[in-house]
Amino acid sequence: MTDLFSKFDPLIEQRETLLESGLTDPFNLVMEEVESPTVAICNGKRTILLGTYNYMGMTFDPDVIAAGKKALEDFGSGTTGSRVLNGTYAGHKAVEQALMDFYAMDHAMVFSTGYQANLGVISTIAGKDDYIVLDIDSHASIYDGCALGNAQIVPFRHNDVEALDKRLRRLPAETGKLVVLEGVYSMLGDVAPLKEMVAVSKAAGAMVLVDEAHSMGFIGDHGRGVSEAQGVIDDVDFIVGTFSKSVGTVGGFCVSNHPKFEILRLVCRPYVFTASLPPSVVATAATSIRKLMDSAAKREHLWENSKRLHAGLRQLGFTLGTDDPQSAIIAVIMPDLETGAAMWEALLDEGLYVNLARPPATPAGMTLLRCSLCALHSESQVGDILGMFAAAGRATGCIS
Amino acid sequence: MPDRQQIYATTVQLIEPFNKKDAAITEATRFAQDLEWDSLTVLDFVATVEDEFDVIITMNMQAEIETVGQLVDALVRLKA
Repeated sequence: MTDLFSKFDPLIEQRETLLESGLTDPFNLVMEEVESPTVAICNGKRTILLGTYNYMGMTFDPDVIAAGKKALEDFGSGTTGSRVLNGTYAGHKAVEQALMDFYAMDHAMVFSTGYQANLGVISTIAGKDDYIVLDIDSHASIYDGCALGNAQIVPFRHNDVEALDKRLRRLPAETGKLVVLEGVYSMLGDVAPLKEMVAVSKAAGAMVLVDEAHSMGFIGDHGRGVSEAQGVIDDVDFIVGTFSKSVGTVGGFCVSNHPKFEILRLVCRPYVFTASLPPSVVATAATSIRKLMDSAAKREHLWENSKRLHAGLRQLGFTLGTDDPQSAIIAVIMPDLETGAAMWEALLDEGLYVNLARPPATPAGMTLLRCSLCALHSESQVGDILGMFAAAGRATGCIS
Repeated sequence: MPDRQQIYATTVQLIEPFNKKDAAITEATRFAQDLEWDSLTVLDFVATVEDEFDVIITMNMQAEIETVGQLVDALVRLKA
């Protein structure tokens, strides 16, 4: 008998080697208690959270919690059904209305996760003879959306406008084309040149989908994302986003002004063949989204945090993923996985949690310590974070 | 329209700067196993080939291409 698991042997071996050195498993951390969006108890120790994507700190907002509790009481713990059967409650329509209001768009469709939103929209709208042109560093959910569908897939070099333009020009004029971009790329925290990319896409007759998962609530005057900040949101055909970052719960969505958009509810398999979100989740999401519309002061504080952490880490001698702070993600580039894991553990010992990211999730085989800031990180917490990076960096030899 | 032999010769030339192992190139040379290219090298090489021949080699097509000879066959079809 061939053991179907033998294909995982190299990964099992790599993990064992890493853990034999006595390191804490970076992919098995348990948060025993969560005090707030920025503090949890890990291994019995009070730990500052700097790797949660909880950009706007909505998870403990009193209005959000109250809305969730009320929906749990009034509508029960779950819908036990698909959106197209028994799984659409008043709360699902209310959160879709909140999204239409937030983005000022005509249509909104809510999925059970952000992953499923990309999976569903991409696999459904691009058919066999259509082309999907996408950035090589696209998120796994975008690639999986391509794999679930059967369109022709054309990748181009990360954030390279000319490479995108060249490929679009070589495609047959009359075929359907979908260009898939992200506002913020989550591994390095860099922003896409959407203004130029949307322009060349439109010139080639392509439809454009932008995943704004890591920019919603924070980037742009209304928090609508990088496409708003760069003034091209009106030319974007579909915006995909998630509730599991700035919104502070779980779920995914797509908003659009396409006049035929609603038909997707009947033909999009990752929307139809799964249970809808629980009533408490859509109630917390709707409340959070409406509060995010009016969060200019929080957005400003988050930018301050991002700028200060970026400058501080640079000053300490760390190599960062971007030359300037472009989003709420600051990626610290580690020389290799062993050093990255050692640094990750040293930070945890100091009382700081960051994400350890490694291939294949990362571009160019990099190992990253990814920091995502929260609007609720206080000035003194950012100071503490820099102190912990200094101590851990010196202890592991990452900086001198 | 260039013939197969011309396309093969040009392809071998284009491989040269990416051939860090100095492997001998034949029709049967495999990109992943023999040249040990990672996904970024593949992206750069494919972009170079696309620019040279003014074609698009989709990821769907790339999945079917393992050897230099198969790439040349694909280019012959694309230029036909």
